[in-house]
Amino acid sequence: MSSLWPELERVLGEVQKPARYIGCEDGMIIPEHRPDKAAWLLIYPDTYEVGLPNQGLQILYEIINERPDAVAERSYAPWTDMAGVLRRTGLPLFSVDTHRAAGEFDILAFNLSSELVYTNLLECLDLSGVPLHTAGRRPEDPLVIIGGHCAYNPEPLADFIDAAVLGDGEEVASEISEVVAAWKASGRTSRDGILRELARIEGVYVPSMYEAEFDGDRLISLTPRLPGIPEVVEKRTVADLATWPYPKNQLVPLTEVVHDRLNVEVFRGCTRGCRFCQAGMITRPVRERPADQVRTMVTEGLRRTGYDEVALTSLSTADFSGIEKVVATAVADDVCGQVSVSLPSLRVDAFTVGIAAEIQKARRTGLTFAPEAGSWRLRQVINKMINEEDLYGAVGSAFSQGWRRAKLYFLTGLPTETDEDTLAILELARKCIDVGREHHRSPSVTISLGGFVPKPFTPFQWFGQNTETELRRKIGLLRDGLRSGGKTFNGVKLKWHDARASVVEGLFSRGDRRLGAVIEDVWRNGGVFQEWSEHFDVSLWENALARNGLSLDWYVYRHRTHDEVLPWDHLSAGLHKDFLWQDWRDALDEVGLEDCRWTPCYDCGACTGYGIEHIVASAVPPAGGSQGTGQGPGNNAVPVSLSTGPRVPAGAGS
Amino acid sequence: MRLRVRFSKTGKVRFVGHRDVARIWERSLRKASLSVAYSEGFSPRPKLSFGLALSTGYESNAEYLEIELLEPADDSIWGVVEAEAMCARIDASLPAGFDVMAVAPADRRADSLQQAVTSCTWEILVDPAGADEVAAGVESLLSRNEIVVERERKGKVVTEDIRHQVLALDVTGETDDGVRLTADLGTQPRALRPDEMLAAMDPPLLARSVCRMNQWMSQGDDRIEPLSVDAAPAPLAKVRA
Ligand code: SF4
Repeated sequence: MSSLWPELERVLGEVQKPARYIGCEDGMIIPEHRPDKAAWLLIYPDTYEVGLPNQGLQILYEIINERPDAVAERSYAPWTDMAGVLRRTGLPLFSVDTHRAAGEFDILAFNLSSELVYTNLLECLDLSGVPLHTAGRRPEDPLVIIGGHCAYNPEPLADFIDAAVLGDGEEVASEISEVVAAWKASGRTSRDGILRELARIEGVYVPSMYEAEFDGDRLISLTPRLPGIPEVVEKRTVADLATWPYPKNQLVPLTEVVHDRLNVEVFRGCTRGCRFCQAGMITRPVRERPADQVRTMVTEGLRRTGYDEVALTSLSTADFSGIEKVVATAVADDVCGQVSVSLPSLRVDAFTVGIAAEIQKARRTGLTFAPEAGSWRLRQVINKMINEEDLYGAVGSAFSQGWRRAKLYFLTGLPTETDEDTLAILELARKCIDVGREHHRSPSVTISLGGFVPKPFTPFQWFGQNTETELRRKIGLLRDGLRSGGKTFNGVKLKWHDARASVVEGLFSRGDRRLGAVIEDVWRNGGVFQEWSEHFDVSLWENALARNGLSLDWYVYRHRTHDEVLPWDHLSAGLHKDFLWQDWRDALDEVGLEDCRWTPCYDCGACTGYGIEHIVASAVPPAGGSQGTGQGPGNNAVPVSLSTGPRVPAGAGS
Repeated sequence: MRLRVRFSKTGKVRFVGHRDVARIWERSLRKASLSVAYSEGFSPRPKLSFGLALSTGYESNAEYLEIELLEPADDSIWGVVEAEAMCARIDASLPAGFDVMAVAPADRRADSLQQAVTSCTWEILVDPAGADEVAAGVESLLSRNEIVVERERKGKVVTEDIRHQVLALDVTGETDDGVRLTADLGTQPRALRPDEMLAAMDPPLLARSVCRMNQWMSQGDDRIEPLSVDAAPAPLAKVRA
């Protein structure tokens, strides 16, 4: 096994951004490959700039390389120019660490966070010289595994993947390593044997071991073909983040990437219960990292990497019990000079804005809030219980503290949504401008509109997605409203997500294994990097569906019934289907649900099923109410008291 | 004080672009905990000034950078010991593939390096033609009175005579990897790149690798390097990336 670097070096001059392919990051590991070590290639099937910062991938990279029986390297989807060069020169996909051919690894493990990258997975397999279909693979071919949020409905990929791993990867990666290392040491005989062993590991789903039975378009059952294969595959959950202080050596790339900063995960899971949010539902319960550990990871990380920015990541960072102290420590860290902190997911309340004000001394350019729906009625449906006063309070507090722009995230195409709900978005934005005028001459508010895509393991999994025409019509309503309102809406801007892309996401988010042919068809017709607007081509998808006799009406736009077998019913995110159904009924009845961190348990299944529970340092809800909504007493005037050390010099940070 | 640093960029990192190199330096200096001065204003940046840009894909043993340091405030205590310590400290913070070769105090009042440097020496490895053919190509290039080429300047194509910028060109070796040329190319008013010169040859040549060996400033009839390597501690041994 040798490095392909000498060959690659000759062609890198021909491609854009050659630094994508060189590795050499600070924190890179050069592992020692051996016949008794399982060799993983961790692949993020998008560009290097998007994939490198992925924390999930970096965590596994370290954990696997710490093991005596396994090694891990990384790869990213080569951009189209590079793919062309590889095909022309006959070079395969390679790792960026030691530039080893992908086909020489035992496991190709893909991290999938969006449905639109599915064709990139095929592209990577093809460039690796690995047979596309599971059925065509020989014992000497690598095992193809997927993880990440899309693994919760892996059915559309069933033809191409050997296994899908559900949930947190920290522990299961080790279990897979053991099994694969032993298989490798024994001469990698039967492929069937290793797949059967993998299928016995909790959290690992091997699609080829299950039979999907259809009656016409309707799925009637999805059951194990063999005895000893679990009927339901449960997700994996690490009980305590404190045991996993990873990544310890976050990779520092030599070329600019997205989120180019230190990232420290402060908690996993979220129980606010937003009904549209798959991430929140499938990562329950809440597991906080101890504040001390967060502080250590921040200070040591800054020192080691030389970054001047740290992001405290989670699904809702202002909910972290130790947030004020942690922020204060990070800001006060003078080891590396001028440090700025960012909180990627802001809650809508004044408390949060207070924290943001404390850490963003400079560059108060824009703050983002996510009310998600325009009217209170619809926010009850989706369980995003923010009332208008909260929003105006938050926006007012932001404008009064120097910000000039606010960005408001909304979803359109939500269950029960009426035109009145949609138009209420404009009204909210207009009032935010009014609030802003009290502080600035020309405040600006940007409405960012996304099309709602129902996801598995959420209460909305039964909901028929709005058609592309309907989504466009709603976007049009807002655009026209804005235009005809003229001066009334001075300062309000509207941006929207391509409705056609939402449709393709919807196709796969709840699709079944018959869709494999569609993915392959699109890929064969050149459809790669579909998550990039410059490459996205909806006609590729429409044609592929037509050629395969499948329809968007069936997969995307149709409401599911209570008794319907869903393609992910044999998988479990810990949530009882009854709980989700009840929550769906509650949604239609416009009934909201409190956060179970501070109210009694609803027995959704996420804790009870696994004998674990929330790990939350604070016994009381954070200021701003248990929904971050100001529903609790004395909310709006939440005092922000942060005792920081030396302040960040004016104008510092980024 | 202002510190002048000479560094190398070799191996895989030769594919890192100029802007990214600047970012790498900013991070590395923070890691080294040097008290670098920052610019004023809305988004302060560390006060660094880089010399001539190096094309992405070229290696170099002669890159330069000047750093404005708050401490020490002046260079009165500067000596060999300080230089060695500073060299080691910065070098330890840089990613593999970048190595500090020399450091010394710089004169704030002097011309910027981009203005002061008049030529560079390059080592160029070409393939696949034999040495004789390459030698003939070199000879014919040097015998021309003018070499008019099209170059891009600020997005526009302009015609220029580059003959006066080819100060020297020799075949200096032949190995299994190819034929080695050594060239001195002018940098004023605008640096001539080795690949531009190679493309102007008959037949045009393609470089397999290019390495900047020296940058030169004129001093009377002589030329000197902004920092010569033998005047400073040898580069610290580091694994080539
Ligand atoms: S099991 Fe109970 S406490 Fe745990 S996440 Fe579900 S509702 Fe909340």
